[in-house]
Amino acid sequence: MDAIQKNLLEQVAGLHEMPSGAYNIRANGQSVARSTSAHIDIVTKEDKQGIDIIIKPGTKNESVHIPVELSQSGLTDIVYNDFYGGDDCNVTIIAGCGIHNGGDKDSKHDGIHSFFIGKNSHVKYVEKHYGSGDGKGERIMNPETVVELGENSFMEMETVQIKGVDSTKRKTSAKLADGAKLVVTEKLMTHGSQYAETSFHVDLDGEGSSANVISRSVARDDSKQFFFSKINGNNKCAGHSECDGIIMDNAKISALPEITANHLEASLIHEAAIGKIAGEQITKLMTLGLTEEEAEAQIINGFLK
Amino acid sequence: MLELQNLYFQVPSDTGATKEIIHDLSLTFDDHTFIAITGPNGGGKSTLAKLIMGIEKPTSGKILFNGQDITDLSITERANLGISFAFQQPVRFKGIKVKDLIALAAGKDVKNPNTCDYLSKVGLCARDYINRDIDASLSGGELKRIEIASIIARNTPLSVFDEPEAGIDLWSFNNLIKVFEEMHEGSDNSLIIISHQERILNIADEIVVVADGTVKARGRKDDILPELLKGTEGCRFYQ
Repeated sequence: MDAIQKNLLEQVAGLHEMPSGAYNIRANGQSVARSTSAHIDIVTKEDKQGIDIIIKPGTKNESVHIPVELSQSGLTDIVYNDFYGGDDCNVTIIAGCGIHNGGDKDSKHDGIHSFFIGKNSHVKYVEKHYGSGDGKGERIMNPETVVELGENSFMEMETVQIKGVDSTKRKTSAKLADGAKLVVTEKLMTHGSQYAETSFHVDLDGEGSSANVISRSVARDDSKQFFFSKINGNNKCAGHSECDGIIMDNAKISALPEITANHLEASLIHEAAIGKIAGEQITKLMTLGLTEEEAEAQIINGFLK
Repeated sequence: MLELQNLYFQVPSDTGATKEIIHDLSLTFDDHTFIAITGPNGGGKSTLAKLIMGIEKPTSGKILFNGQDITDLSITERANLGISFAFQQPVRFKGIKVKDLIALAAGKDVKNPNTCDYLSKVGLCARDYINRDIDASLSGGELKRIEIASIIARNTPLSVFDEPEAGIDLWSFNNLIKVFEEMHEGSDNSLIIISHQERILNIADEIVVVADGTVKARGRKDDILPELLKGTEGCRFYQ
């Protein structure tokens, strides 16, 4: 693995070396390293690109790393990763994709991740996207996440895309059974002429299920963002989505929330706020001795922290 | 330490004409002094505080700080020369924690013990607050106390407070009085506090009455307070 590949891995998965526990590292369209544990198996799919990750019931405090990196310009990589989580598990899954494009052809990664989680499990899923390289070719990522949460299971999903991805269309859909809980935190920053689209579709099917979708984004320069969320309350449930966007320069952000209550006991809330950085926030930090630029950076770093 | 020379501040009014907020206002503040500025609402007190910090720039006139003309200096430059400003309505931030703000104010990475001191001085238990975001989850009174803690942490030669008592409950108010006394007695720093509270006016070295955009009176509390306490009706400063 060369220096560029190592940097991509560090950016998306925080890895300096091979992780402990189960992992599968995919580089330029091929699996280059894999390890399984006594409780977590990783099997190559036979009908299409990708892997099945099978987590045995009762697996506690284990992690799975499945980073992907593309450093070969002009490559299109489509991969299907399916997670089968048993009952009573507690696992952390670190995914993520880094693209380095030093050439003139577009590099593209479409990762479709499906989670089939049993009962009473806790899954933390972290996904980071990162792009680098000064080639004219675009760095494109279109991740799709499909979640089916079993009774009383809890999934925390954190997605971060801060730098270097030219175009992204992110789709997340989830179905929740009785007592299941989903919390999604999205952090997004676009700059230059980037475009990012993110959409959530959550079906709160189970009694006592709940979902909280929180998106914080910053759009700078001439970039554009589109946020779409749809939460259907199909039972006694609680749903909340929140889109908070900061626009700078000539950027544009659209937010289109939709909440539908199909049950009398469904309680659904949507909040959306888009605007520039409040002038009084910059003024306050300037009274502490920061320059206008430092104040702006401090506010954005905090907002996306 | 601070000289305001013939300050004027005008803004466009709704009718298109100009409205004068500050009119030919001159004041001199000595080193190590505690001045309370009071006067009727709409009299120009908050504008005056903002002119000192550079949040507003005067239409004409000069501001000198330790002999240096700072009229055209930015907020940042004034802050770095040693002026602090506590907002009447403190600003909220999503994602900036109490400890971050205190660290920025102190200008260095403040370790917990110091942050704890600053917060406890304003009646907040550090353990409950340092990791909280300065956002809508804090009440107006909590926010106000954190604002004051950040000014204590800055420890600059001049601190300007714009109505620090607003939104503070009675118990905290007693502590607040102590905070100002300590800030004044424990260092050579100067305080300018805009206030309507008799107890704050009482502990100041001098009281300045600002009304109609200019200085109506200035003097020691024994001379000024009795007039003020007669009430607005018939008070010579408020006419």
